[in-house]
Amino acid sequence: MHNESKDHAGLAEDFNKDERRVEWHDETLWWVRQKRDKAANGIAEWEQLREAASQIKNNVLSNLAAYLLQFEEKAIANGVIVHWAADANEHNQIVHSILKKHGLNKIIKSKSMLTEECHLNEYFKHQGVEVIDTDLGERIVQLAGEAPSHIVLPCIHKKKEEIGELFHEHLGTPKGNADPQFLTNAARLHLRDKFLTRKVALTGVNFAIAETGEFVVCTNEGNADMGAHLADVHIACMGIEKIIPQRKHLGYFLRLLARSATGQPITTYSSHFKQPRKGQELHIVLVDNGRSRQLGRADFRNSLKCIRCGACMNTCPVYRRSGGHSYHTAIAGPIGSILAPNLDMTKYADLPFASTLCGSCTNVCPVKIDIHEQLYKWRQVLVKEGHAPAVKKMGMQGMTFTLSNPSIYHIAGKAGRWMMKNIPFVVSNKMNPWFKQREMPEPPANSFTEWYKKNRKPTP
Amino acid sequence: MDHHTSSNNRYTSLGAGDSKERILALVKQNQPDFTDLPAIVNFKQEYDDVAEKFITVLRGIGSLVYVVEGYDQIAGIIKENFADARRIVSTCDELASIAEINKMYEDPHLLEDVDLFITSSNLAVAENGAAWITDKQLSERVLPFIAQEIALVINKKNIVETMHDAYDKIADEEYGFAVFIAGPSKTADIEQSLVLGAHGPKMMTVFVVE
Repeated sequence: MHNESKDHAGLAEDFNKDERRVEWHDETLWWVRQKRDKAANGIAEWEQLREAASQIKNNVLSNLAAYLLQFEEKAIANGVIVHWAADANEHNQIVHSILKKHGLNKIIKSKSMLTEECHLNEYFKHQGVEVIDTDLGERIVQLAGEAPSHIVLPCIHKKKEEIGELFHEHLGTPKGNADPQFLTNAARLHLRDKFLTRKVALTGVNFAIAETGEFVVCTNEGNADMGAHLADVHIACMGIEKIIPQRKHLGYFLRLLARSATGQPITTYSSHFKQPRKGQELHIVLVDNGRSRQLGRADFRNSLKCIRCGACMNTCPVYRRSGGHSYHTAIAGPIGSILAPNLDMTKYADLPFASTLCGSCTNVCPVKIDIHEQLYKWRQVLVKEGHAPAVKKMGMQGMTFTLSNPSIYHIAGKAGRWMMKNIPFVVSNKMNPWFKQREMPEPPANSFTEWYKKNRKPTP
Repeated sequence: MDHHTSSNNRYTSLGAGDSKERILALVKQNQPDFTDLPAIVNFKQEYDDVAEKFITVLRGIGSLVYVVEGYDQIAGIIKENFADARRIVSTCDELASIAEINKMYEDPHLLEDVDLFITSSNLAVAENGAAWITDKQLSERVLPFIAQEIALVINKKNIVETMHDAYDKIADEEYGFAVFIAGPSKTADIEQSLVLGAHGPKMMTVFVVE
């Protein structure tokens, strides 16, 4: 799906080849960010809400083992079958085993970033199981053979003409029709048939309540409910950090989630699943996949407070201009860049560097995760542990050498100024990453040391 | 298959059945020192007119709102607005003259041709236009989603200001399934163009009973 050999900078470069698309992407996400601001500013106690949500999540992380046990006990009492998966592989095998038990090889799925993280679709492809994503944006990227580029807006990188073309090819809509209303209705008819004929529906989980054993799923489209209430088997997959202690806490989180995500006061549906409906089987799969490890990293555990609103992506100047796919991981953007290195430091060593550290992500986060500070801390951990990108490593070694030798520092400064003045093409070329989309500065006539020697006043 | 787990997997030597104990042991070992759960605060909102706020928000999210005196008026409006509807299902006994009432269905799939579903809600929220429906009000859970359109009857006195007030009321409520519904189903996945009627109802009508 992604080009595995390229890092964030390389993939961002690909995305940046189409400047008009980049402009559009940037402006559209900024517009979503502005809607979020309007919604947040409409609530006088917004900051207090964020603080409360943050403290609730702190408590959850500090007492997670007990909450998980409480949740499991209540869920079982509610008639739910609970599974525990240590990693992505085990998660995929558990879901598969439920299908096999029923002799089925077809499944429909509403939005679940966890199953993206576990590469469930790819796993099922190899196992001969048909998966159909039912969220419109996810269905679009699935038809295109791509991964979602944004956790809330999965196909925000696509233009409607491309979607029209995809639907023409796969759903038989008339060629050239790119009207969003028309295409949405075509998808509605196409997916309604799937809802009515598939026997197993998988959903994600937004919040799982320890006190009651119920879980809440938020959607605007109604696809999670269409799937779950028609299917014989409902499988809900969740990361272990999705727990909140009490139902009453939803008062905070549901006020924060949609306003932060899209600027809506609430999603159209906030569905509370507690017991299976009569004759139905309801499964919950609790997945670790590195979360317990992240919990042990004092500097990074706060990333587990995330409620997946996507606000940090919409506001990020790097995300908006590099596109979600440049992050080559299931969860893109600032939050994804602090989650991914926990999964694989080598593979995702580039991501904490894909940031200006401007701090906007931290400012909009509804649960007050110190995202930009964690990005900065990851850089230090990654360099220390030898995962820094080769070019950066060379550059830093060169700088260390130069800065620790005063005479070499002087010579290097002189040489640099002379070259920029007399042979500027040495630095102003494509080999120099600082020259990309930037003008190099005018070289000063002399160094600060030379200037100081000439201008200092004699001491009285 | 999975690239992430190969290098960092702590579980490879363990059988599947051990995962629960293993996860819980790691969580216990790695979770930080206990921090208290903050006391729940209800950030009270004082709207001049709670019903007015509810109606304004509902219209803003694409719903049609009627302020009515009672079920006779509701039946009249539905007869007029849904003259073409072939199948209307309701859980409101008062609407027996115009709808299929409270039938138990053997199979939820049999509801695929419902044009309009009408139910009542005993709790609605002014700040976001959401109405609370539990499976006590639903003979089949899929009804409010599978119907082409949905209508809700809400008594004005059941409208509360915020989600805090709503959860104060339902904190201990028993149900198997329940849902807050705010407006018709919608999507903006194609270039952020808002389209009403994604997979659920294309339109929502709300009757606020004075």
